[in-house]
Formats: sequence, structure tokens, C-alpha cells
Amino acid sequence: MNHTKRWSNTVSYIVLILLAIFFLMPVYMILVTSFKPLAEISMSTMWNFPKNPSLEGFVNAFQKLGPNLKNSFLLVIPATLLSCIIGSVNGFIFAKIRFKGSNIVFLLILFGMFIPYQSILFPLIRFLQQIGLYGEIGGLILVHVVYGIPITTLIFRNYYTEVPDEMIEAANIDGANMFKVYTKIMFPLSLPGFVVVIIWQFTNIWNEFLFAVTITSDPTKQPITVALVNLAGSQVVEWNMQMAGAIVAALPTLLVYILLGKYFIRGLMAGSVKG
Amino acid sequence: MKSKRKLIGFFVVSPSIVAIAIFVYGFISTTIRTSFSNFNSYSRLVKNEFEFVGWRNYQRLFSDYRFQTDLWNTLFFTIFFLLGCIILGLFLANTLDRKLKGGRVFQNIFLFPYALSFVVTGTIWSWFFAPGNFPTDPSGVNMLLKNLGLGSLQWGWFTVTESVGKFNLALIPVIIAATWQLSGYTMAMYLAGMRGIPTSMIEAARVDGASNWQIFWRVKMPMLRTITLSAMIILGHISLKIFDLIYAMTGSGPNNVTDMPAVYMFDLTFERDRYAMGAAVAVIMLVMVAFVIVPYLLSTLKKEGSK
Repeated sequence: MNHTKRWSNTVSYIVLILLAIFFLMPVYMILVTSFKPLAEISMSTMWNFPKNPSLEGFVNAFQKLGPNLKNSFLLVIPATLLSCIIGSVNGFIFAKIRFKGSNIVFLLILFGMFIPYQSILFPLIRFLQQIGLYGEIGGLILVHVVYGIPITTLIFRNYYTEVPDEMIEAANIDGANMFKVYTKIMFPLSLPGFVVVIIWQFTNIWNEFLFAVTITSDPTKQPITVALVNLAGSQVVEWNMQMAGAIVAALPTLLVYILLGKYFIRGLMAGSVKG
Repeated sequence: MKSKRKLIGFFVVSPSIVAIAIFVYGFISTTIRTSFSNFNSYSRLVKNEFEFVGWRNYQRLFSDYRFQTDLWNTLFFTIFFLLGCIILGLFLANTLDRKLKGGRVFQNIFLFPYALSFVVTGTIWSWFFAPGNFPTDPSGVNMLLKNLGLGSLQWGWFTVTESVGKFNLALIPVIIAATWQLSGYTMAMYLAGMRGIPTSMIEAARVDGASNWQIFWRVKMPMLRTITLSAMIILGHISLKIFDLIYAMTGSGPNNVTDMPAVYMFDLTFERDRYAMGAAVAVIMLVMVAFVIVPYLLSTLKKEGSK
């Protein structure tokens, strides 16, 4: 029995290690490429370790992508915070207050999370042009906050549903009004929920591409995802810079993931609709 | 007192309701209207000379070779991407569920690609699968194969135009990239599901002499049915909408071998000013996604209602 168990564990480890190599192979390649000087980039040595490690790729990537990196932060931080506030208030109402037809309304809101954004894209752009936000970071913030309403409301609603009704009734008897119930009971209880939503919105908005590429056409206003794709579109692809750029673009969300991984997984779970 | 509270509640969420009504349902109706119009040039759009043309844009699309290719590509991409993620995710979850030492490290390795954007994934994998001038001067994975003495396996990857039936083989690298990014996510979903299975059930099966294989199929799988359904729906709606990955990794490819409806929609609307045709593609995409999502949402509602 013990013998078979050890044997099956060994097999498991071998398979896991092989799969881990497959998962990390692109990471190895991107790292070695990004630390090579341009002169050393060649097809025949692309799997080799850099002979003269250099930061040239990163310096160039920062020079080209620096402003876009800043744009991404200017977009993601306000959009995430606004999403949180709106989602939390909505979630509280849909979980604990409810009104006639609130379940149907909630479902209709939820549908907005799954639609292909192509189906609203063109009218959206015309609308942003009319209100003067087309091509602006502010326009992107508005878009992400609005289309973030379904998922943030869902996560908070699921979170608040767990709070026992007795707690709210007790507060009501003590004469607390709705505002007090929210600020004194629900809000403090839901701080972990906030972390989940912050991670969720931060990574999604940071990584988003379709809105970014269609709403901002001015390169100085584009978020980093668009700028990264445009790097590849230039005449000669400087692969070391390209790979360094990919690392720069991925780093903020990877850091969030490394530092707050535990919550990240909870965020993932909340993304699957469940009661 | 209670009804007053409900009224305030409604009042508080009403801005969100209005926003969704306009930004989701209002804009969708505009897109549907555009898809039945003659807005297929910039001048017609700015002059706003709306003319109802019936199903003409749709008829054109369905007889369009590129769009037909897109639909086949979506179908095969969806099937293989879903199969890849679910099989790999389930396998990883089941292996890691045995609480091996160092399992946490493996879990993180498999999950980290999910934190990346499709744009980064596409950039990395386009470099990885760039075929180079093989067999003499290969790059990326072809180079690796050559070094490993498997030179005969070198291939054109996403640049090939061969197909098996309607399945364009150039999609294989794209499917690998997408599976690389999302199988860890599928694993995380299954792991959460497996942690929810009472250990007593598994112990009982083991006492009855069930093998690991039997425990997996007879005890775990039936408990994981809802997770499989959720995973299929989440991955399915991602694959029906796939855009960033294609855009960053391969583009439409030679003869549209890696083209997708979302890429065609972008092309029609933003490169060629054929807004009505683009809108028709968007509506078809919406209908495809709705077929997957609406029954799912309704069943969730029913379940909650019965609680």
C-alpha cells in the first residue's frame, strides 16, 4: 500500500514537473531575450543564455512605453476605485434590501457582463464623441466603470448575502437607518470583498485591449496594452525591447498576483456566477 | 417603514440601472438597427441617410468566404480550447488535490498565465511559434526541435494553410497559447470544487476498495458537474469573443486561416468603414453568446428562487 502510494507520488511529480516546464518555457525565452543586447538577438541563439547581459531592451522599452505605463495607471486607479464603490452599494441593495422585481433587474444587469463588446462598440464610440470624451483617458474610465457594474455588483452581492439577516434586523431595532447599516455593519465586514474586487478590476482593466485600441487613437493617450502591440508593428522588430516591453506590461498584474494571490483565487471564483 | 426602505434602495441603484439600460441595451438596439441599414460608407454615416435594407448585410456575410471561415475557425477553436482547458485543468486539479509537498508552487506556476493579458500572451507565443526559415535556419520552437534532434517535426505553425476538413491547422498554436493562459484558471475552479467534497466520502470509497481512478470517476466527477458547466460557459464565451490574442499573435493570417468574427468586425468597422456589415457581425456574435449565457443565467435564477 505504502509502496504503491510512493510510486504514484513519484509519477505525479514527474508529470507535474514536465507540465511546469511547458508552462515556464515561454517565460524562460522572454527573460533571456529581454536581457540580451540587440546585437546578440539572432534566431540561431534564441534559446541561449545572454552572453553579455544588458538592460538595453528594458531601457528602450521604458523610453517608448513609459508614458503609456503612466496612462494605464491613470486609467486603472480611478476606474477601479469607482467600480468598488458602485459595486458595493449596489451589492448591498440587491442582497439585503431588494425591491419588487429586483431579481429580474439584477439578471438584466448581469447579462451586461457577458455580451461581446463588439455589439455595443460603435454606438459607444459615437456617444463618447458626442460628450467629448472620445480619445481621452476619461472616456476609458467611464467605459470601464459602466461595464464593470455587473461583475462588481455580483461579487459584492454574493459577499453580502452571507451576512446574516439578524444582524441587520438587530441594527434596525436599535433605530439605525439604512445608511448607518451600510456604513457601520456592511462596509467594515466587506473589506476582504473590496480586496477581491480591486484585484479583479485592476487586472481586467489593465489587461483590456478592445476598448483601449478603439477609443484612444492618439499614441500619447494609449494604455500600455495597445502600445505593446504597436511596438511589434514597427519596421524592424527589436525582440529584446519587445520582450522587455511585455515584461513591463505584465509586471503590475503579476505583482498583484504574487502579493495577493490568495485573494486572487477568491476573485476568480467570484467570477463564476453562483447563488 | 419597510416599503420606504425599498424605495430608497431602488433610488440608490437607479443610476446603475439607467447606465446599463443605455450602455448595454440601448447600444445593442442601435447596433441591431445599424446592421439592417445601408451605413456601409463614411459619407452615408455622417449624412445619416438611414435606409432599411432588410437582411442584405446578413445575406452578404453568410455568402462571404471570409466570414464562413471565421465561423468554422470559431467552432474548432472553441472545441479544442475547451477540451484542452478542461482536460488539463481537471488533471492538474486532481493531481494537486492529493496534497503533495510543494503543490502550492506548482499551483502558482499553472495559474500565473491567467494574470497576463492576451496581448502579452500573444506577443510571447508569436515569438515562440515564429517558424523562421526552417529547416536550415529555424527559430523559436522549430529551433528547439532541431536542437533536440527532432528536426523532422519542424513546421510552419500559424503560417500554414493546410487544413483537415474545415479545421485550419494554423489554429493549433493559437489554441496552445489560449490553453496555456486559461487551463490554470480551470484548474483553480476544479480545485475549489474538490476541496468542497467531504473527505469522509472519499475515505468511505477507499475503505470499500475503490482505486484512485474509480474515486475520480465515481465520486469526484459527479460532484463537479456544476463546476464543469460553469467552466464550459466561462471559457466558451471567451472563445466566441476572442480578439486580443489573435490580434497580437497572428492577425488574420494567410487566407484567413486564423481569422475570427471579432477580428473581421474590427476590420469592417474601423479599417473599411463598412459599419453596417460590422454591426451584422457583432449581432451574430451577440446571438452566439446569448445562446450560451441566457439559459445559464435563467437556471441560476430558478435555483435561487427555489431556495
